[in-house]
Amino acid sequence: MSGETRSTNPSTGPSAKRRAIHPFMVRLTHWINAAALIAMVMSGWRIYDASPIFPFRFPGSITLGGWLAGALAWHFAAMWLLVLNGLIYVGYGLVSGHFRQALLPLTPAGVWRDFRAALALRLPHALGRYNAVQRLLYVGVILLLTLAVLSGLAIWKPVQLHPLTALLGGYDTARIVHFLAMSGIVGFFVVHIALVILVPRTLPPMIVGGSVPDAGDALPEARP
Amino acid sequence: MTRRTERPSLEDIRPELADPQRRLFLRGTLSLGALSLLTGCDLMDGDSVDNALMAMSRWNDRVQAWLFSRARLAPTYPASAITKPFPFNAFYRQSQAPVIDGATYRLELSGRIADKTPWTVEGLRGLPQESQITRHVCVEGWSAIGQWSGVPFATFLKRVGADTRARYVGFRCADGYYSSIDMPTALHPQTIMALDYGGSPLPPKYGYPMKLRIPTKLGFKNPKHIAAIFVTNDYPGGYWEDKGYNWFSGI
Repeated sequence: MSGETRSTNPSTGPSAKRRAIHPFMVRLTHWINAAALIAMVMSGWRIYDASPIFPFRFPGSITLGGWLAGALAWHFAAMWLLVLNGLIYVGYGLVSGHFRQALLPLTPAGVWRDFRAALALRLPHALGRYNAVQRLLYVGVILLLTLAVLSGLAIWKPVQLHPLTALLGGYDTARIVHFLAMSGIVGFFVVHIALVILVPRTLPPMIVGGSVPDAGDALPEARP
Repeated sequence: MTRRTERPSLEDIRPELADPQRRLFLRGTLSLGALSLLTGCDLMDGDSVDNALMAMSRWNDRVQAWLFSRARLAPTYPASAITKPFPFNAFYRQSQAPVIDGATYRLELSGRIADKTPWTVEGLRGLPQESQITRHVCVEGWSAIGQWSGVPFATFLKRVGADTRARYVGFRCADGYYSSIDMPTALHPQTIMALDYGGSPLPPKYGYPMKLRIPTKLGFKNPKHIAAIFVTNDYPGGYWEDKGYNWFSGI
């Protein structure tokens, strides 16, 4: 698969140009991220259970690691995969223009318009083209993942990285921030999976790739 | 303590003692899906996964040693921030904490130490003392602020002629616990041989007559009731470390 071949200049006229639905790097980092994140969340639940900060525990059967030492070993191994893969994704997204093309523009008006359209089941779903609600969710989960990593570093190294821990409100508050970031990511995951079940044709292109005729920036039905 | 729930009972541990290489990280339920995603293999081979996780843990030891700064001090707190009561935590119940006679106590020294003469409590109290109010962070996630006073460990190690270029300092404790730390952490200015808690001699539950207070490491790297100290270049391991907890465990 090539990267994104879509022209950024709509004045180049009609052509048989095709663009990748999901560029190879996006698909690769997506699935590595999914695996790392599942390991991080499931082992994190087991670590949480060792000293819950809220009046509930996660059932042991949905956690990873078997006991605290195992969960910590998984968590501090998978964190490398999560962070290195995340850095590759962000680096690719910035350098290739993927972020700019796929996630921008993102305006409150656009989100509100597409949100209402989605509720009325009038929102078109173009492969590889994100509507404003999707853009908000993807940008949001990228920010939540960043917050999860930063708050995780803050509670892993509250002495060596004390300025970061202090920025997040101190050790105990940073634990809560880390938990809330996880909760947001899991919430995204639930919505994400639900939407894939509702629109299953979006799944194969994220696995095998593929391309569609390049229609420029148009998502005509959704734009005034 | 409700916080001790993740600690395995001795019954859980015993089978592993027979085969210390096998750490059984995958004991309990594990999602096969997650496993195959991470290993790329359908067979559940617990030993190879354990080995990979232990390799990552050793890598994390190196990263943490690199991240550790002798100049970076743990934050200190006012007396008003001290957690009361300061929690007891060990692999046994508080009532089972050893009761040690301070009059007959002798701290044994061995390994790469020039003067191996045993130390009495009075001898340790005759050395310079420092006090700190710092946060104790448990591997379980909870934390508590306490006040410890005692001999800076660097002062003691230099006094007895320890080889401070050696890699490890190991500890054997009167309660059967044992652990070890890296030399840079041993020489950190806030690493102290604590004799007092809250201005009074350590009670048995906090490690009488002497514990190592290391505010740059997780709580289980702060051994209590220390009976022997040794300096070595051979990795000494530790009670929880040998069961799979990360060895460096810096914070």
